[in-house]
Amino acid sequence: MSPGKRVWIAVPLLAVLAALGWAGFAPLQASSREELFEIPKGTYARRMAGDKVEILPSQIRLTLGLNDVLMLRNLDDVPQVFGPTIMMPGQSFKLPFEKAASYDFACTAHASGQMTILVEPYPAMPWSKIRWRVREWRESRAR
Amino acid sequence: MIRKLTLALLLGMGVASAATEPAALKAGVLEPVMAAPQLRLQGSDGQALDLARFRGKVVLLAFGFSNCGEVCPITLATLAGARKKLGAEAANVQVVYVTVDPERDDAAQMRKFLGSFDPTFIGGVGTRAEIDAAQKNFGISSTKTVNADGSYNIGHSSSIYMIDRAGGLRAVMPYGHPVDDFVHDLKILLRK
Repeated sequence: MSPGKRVWIAVPLLAVLAALGWAGFAPLQASSREELFEIPKGTYARRMAGDKVEILPSQIRLTLGLNDVLMLRNLDDVPQVFGPTIMMPGQSFKLPFEKAASYDFACTAHASGQMTILVEPYPAMPWSKIRWRVREWRESRAR
Repeated sequence: MIRKLTLALLLGMGVASAATEPAALKAGVLEPVMAAPQLRLQGSDGQALDLARFRGKVVLLAFGFSNCGEVCPITLATLAGARKKLGAEAANVQVVYVTVDPERDDAAQMRKFLGSFDPTFIGGVGTRAEIDAAQKNFGISSTKTVNADGSYNIGHSSSIYMIDRAGGLRAVMPYGHPVDDFVHDLKILLRK
């Protein structure tokens, strides 16, 4: 193989390795510990009119030590029940998690009436850090 | 001299930040704090039960029933454990447990059931309509499942509302938290 060809292979390979090294070993940082979800004004009225559109995702994924506080804000005109509590109009509910587990809650903002919060452990290993970054990147593009 | 001034400044900043930052609760926090919904029931102690009765105390309010085999005994044992750990401060904590099964739970039944965990616990009983109103006010769901032999079980919301000394609905502890989490949060709420 000619030296020119070697350079063309080696440079991208090194760049990929450097990116993977950074993604696997650099400290993780979430933009905020709080993952905010809002129940918009008119949700109850839309539901009563037969609109089954999902306002909140049916599953919310949180990660301990990064984004492990669920923040729900009720912007609707009527009280909404989310899992453990009732939220009055204009009220917010901030729920911290300290244990990795799957939590099933009742939620009146969902057509199904159910909501799952999946709390995952802090990604300590390089591979799990890479996976976390990829997921965050995908989710930020989807928003 | 400069070193002393720097130290004093840093200490001052630390005290100031400790004074302004509210301590974080283990429970979920409601903001802004609003008055707890009304509760108009009969107490298992023979008196009328409304939350205004307990102004000045922190109230832990939950819903369940005396025939509950799993969730309620664990919740009540946890709350009793928290009161025990609080020592003298427990005098300012009132546990109120409202039945979701008014057909079977009367004042005497609730008194007997709750008394086996802590004699200071007060049960809330009433007619089906009164209990339904209380459940609606607090967003409590319950589902009755009838067995083949005619007996029944009730699945119900299992979180514990934390109402501050002024009657504000401040926080909600989901089911399953240990005694120490309640002690942690009660100490904070009792300071307010």
